[in-house]
Amino acid sequence: MLAFIVRRIFQAFAVMLAVALIAFVMFRYLGDPVDSLSLEDATAQDRIELRQRLGLDDPFVVQFGRFVYNATQGDFGTSYRNRRPVKALLAERLPATLELVLVAATLALVVGVPLGVYTALNPRGAFSQFLQMASLIGISLPTFVTGILLILVFSVYLNWLPSFGRGDTVDLGWWTTGFLTISGIKALILPSIMLGLFQMTLLMRLVRSEMMEVLRTDYIKFARARGLTDRAVHFGHALKNTMIPVITIFGLQLGGLIAFAIITETVFQWPGMGFLFIQAVNFIDVPVMAAYLVLVSLIFVVINTSVDLLYAFIDPRLRVDRGAANGHSS
Amino acid sequence: MALLSVHNLRVEFPTRRGILVAVDDVSFEVAEGEVLGVVGESGAGKSLTGAAIIGLLEPPGRIADGRIILDGRRIDDLPYEEMRKIRGNEIGAIFQDPLTSLNPLYTVGEQLVETMLTHLDMTPAQAAKRAVELLAEVGIPAPERRVDHYPHQFSGGMRQRVVIALALCANPRLIIADEPTTALDVSIQAQIIALLKRLCREHGTAVILVTHDMGVIAETADRVAVMYAGRLVEVGEVRQVIKEACHPYTHGLMGSIPVAGHDAERLVQIEGSMPRLTDIPNGCSFHPRCPNVVDRCRAERPELIKRTGGEIACLLFEDEQENA
Amino acid sequence: MTIATLVDHWRRFTDSDLLYSFTRSKVTITAAVVLVLLFLSAGLAPWIAPHDPFDIATLDLMDSELPPVWEEDGDPRFLLGTDTQARDVLSSILHGLRISLLVGFASVILATVVGVFFGLLSGFVGGMVDAAIMRVADVLLSFPAILVALLINGVLRGMLPTEYHQDVAIFVLIMAIGLTHWVQYARTVRSSTLVEKGKEYVQAAQIIGLAPLAIMLRHVLPNVMGPVLVISTINLGMAVLTEATLSFLGVGMPPTEPSLGTLIRIGNEYLFSGIWWVVIFPSVTLALLVLAVNLLGDWLRDALNPKLR
Repeated sequence: MLAFIVRRIFQAFAVMLAVALIAFVMFRYLGDPVDSLSLEDATAQDRIELRQRLGLDDPFVVQFGRFVYNATQGDFGTSYRNRRPVKALLAERLPATLELVLVAATLALVVGVPLGVYTALNPRGAFSQFLQMASLIGISLPTFVTGILLILVFSVYLNWLPSFGRGDTVDLGWWTTGFLTISGIKALILPSIMLGLFQMTLLMRLVRSEMMEVLRTDYIKFARARGLTDRAVHFGHALKNTMIPVITIFGLQLGGLIAFAIITETVFQWPGMGFLFIQAVNFIDVPVMAAYLVLVSLIFVVINTSVDLLYAFIDPRLRVDRGAANGHSS
Repeated sequence: MALLSVHNLRVEFPTRRGILVAVDDVSFEVAEGEVLGVVGESGAGKSLTGAAIIGLLEPPGRIADGRIILDGRRIDDLPYEEMRKIRGNEIGAIFQDPLTSLNPLYTVGEQLVETMLTHLDMTPAQAAKRAVELLAEVGIPAPERRVDHYPHQFSGGMRQRVVIALALCANPRLIIADEPTTALDVSIQAQIIALLKRLCREHGTAVILVTHDMGVIAETADRVAVMYAGRLVEVGEVRQVIKEACHPYTHGLMGSIPVAGHDAERLVQIEGSMPRLTDIPNGCSFHPRCPNVVDRCRAERPELIKRTGGEIACLLFEDEQENA
Repeated sequence: MTIATLVDHWRRFTDSDLLYSFTRSKVTITAAVVLVLLFLSAGLAPWIAPHDPFDIATLDLMDSELPPVWEEDGDPRFLLGTDTQARDVLSSILHGLRISLLVGFASVILATVVGVFFGLLSGFVGGMVDAAIMRVADVLLSFPAILVALLINGVLRGMLPTEYHQDVAIFVLIMAIGLTHWVQYARTVRSSTLVEKGKEYVQAAQIIGLAPLAIMLRHVLPNVMGPVLVISTINLGMAVLTEATLSFLGVGMPPTEPSLGTLIRIGNEYLFSGIWWVVIFPSVTLALLVLAVNLLGDWLRDALNPKLR
């Protein structure tokens, strides 16, 4: 058991190191740092000085080491596009993304799970069939199309909700929140629906299929053979057994939400990390790309490792279909 | 009056190739406290008969005809909620695989208490105490400690004992045991069967013991019903059926039991194999494999007729009866 | 193959459960019909599109921003209206559909080839190679597909000088998406390979002296085709979605060679100016495409699932 934990944590470090390597290679060799950071009228001498200052002629390992060390401090250099420290940029944008993800995740959970349970228990009902079809449309519709439709209906035609920006935010130390103002909350509604919708339908389908699997098991049959009430069988037994893999996948989905936020933030011009990343990819602003990569990978590795470790405690026999949680077609 | 009587039970499965008849005109009775063995090859319809009796036939299978009467009361057409009250409380069931029969997320004690509280009038505290007693009854050592253990902490044999405890905890009058020992080690099988037999005698519980293992039947059952391709071919006292198996199929089954101590004769083998439900022959369903087949057998289907000590469905015996 | 064998195969097919479950489900049939229509339209786009939206010589700015033909100012020449540059929306959609499908299929093929290759390699060779490949696969799977695709896309673009971006965009996209989705294939093929490897006939063949690799290919590949097919159908939907998303985000197909995603992005900029048709119609087409593919994939998965038989 201990061996497993140690191995898993070691694995996590290995992955982070690999990610850091990729990020570093991007950082250093994609585009020319000197070109990108020099001013328009820099002289050859200026460039040589810049080169030395950035340590670009040091051995690879030294540069990599420096990169990793800086990374652990959160220092990823200067953005090519903004000429500002990447760290500051990320810190500004992080609260926006996290708040969005939080609301979307809650929405997905609170709506998706009950609907999934309902469709599992009443598979032939009219409402269930409708939900099944709707959910299929939900995961087939590109997320940005959903966002655009939402904007069309609620912003353009009805003019109820804003379609870009965060509204007014309140500064709480280094965190800015949109929860405390009316306009902030209004601005949150459409983007979080868009972000949460995909996960909600995914969750609903997952709960449904898991629960239907569970309802076919021998222990459910035996429970019925003992004359337990439907409520006991469905909720006491079936639901409890369903929720464990579901909760896990949901936990893994949380990480995915952060990635999908890229799209949502682009559609709604939401000033979060995802939007920053897209702008960076378009501009080939490598420091920001590298920083985002490392940060998001860190979040993922932490989530995945925690889930694996948690499972080692609950039931090592249970495996989780990680691919399905991340939008891979497994 | 018999505790359970089954009349002309017919279980069908509508499929796209037509209607499959899995249980065809089966009738038998089970008296209070008796052990009725139901024996036959896999696919003969034994398990489905049991499922129909306890009301757990899975759709699209359904009871197409017949009546099932428990203690004078008809139960095959009861609404779900009424049937639910009977399950566990009057009719219990034990299934084949003890590992998958128990919910891995609940302790053994929790599952026992839940079942008892559903059917019996007790307080949770009383139920908890009874749970420990039940575990002791089925032979689980250190029951007061084990009652808080999870199913995966028990071995296969122990788990099946827990399953038996669960089936008996609400004091049913009848238990349907569907291949209760098939998934267990041979060394454990005998113990479990003995346990089941003892407990049922003590509690006065009748048992329908479904199995393909004639040896188990010989050890445990009072009467035996032999099924073939969904139909009953012979019913009778165990001793008699074993000694003088009359129906050609039963005869073949008995002959195929290796008996220790006997001379090394060749095991009797029945030619061919049981037909699939989609290809049941006309007339007597056994006729393609029967060593005593006559022309009539191919066209006429034998009815189950009474004879001394039991019943048999074979045209040759009908002739005998008539000629007697 | 004799006529008799062919007839027998056909009869087995028409009598099969697969075909039966297909014809039973109206939804699946509808999806298949829609899909065939879309494929045909895409394939024949250069010939059936009423206009060529990329030939600047044919564009007349007086025709820009015309609504669909059933609206008040509609023009029967442009059935679904035109955009701000007088490009016919219908033609743009047909061409865009073509590109979307092209990228989709190509990336699925790439993913299949790469995935099956690594799966076979991993299962057959075993040992360190297997461990390494599976490790990479696990890591890849723990990141969202969109992120991986974005990253590969970004890196590839970064490696190329800017002038070439538009020309090679399609190849970059295919590679990015294909290299993201190979993992499922690898895993499935690997487990099938492991199963076959353990079977006695492989050992027997080795004893006789036949090349076990050839034997395995002859036996593993047929067994694996079913699941690979199911994965591919679902993958196609995801590939099309991923491509559309990347294009929408601005890092996919450029406006000079737009896919449906690019069209939606362009149309999105005019959302508030009231010319809704520029964004709605490509969106509907894309949604229909992915929906049809997903429905077929769902049906195929259920039909081939031994547990539900």
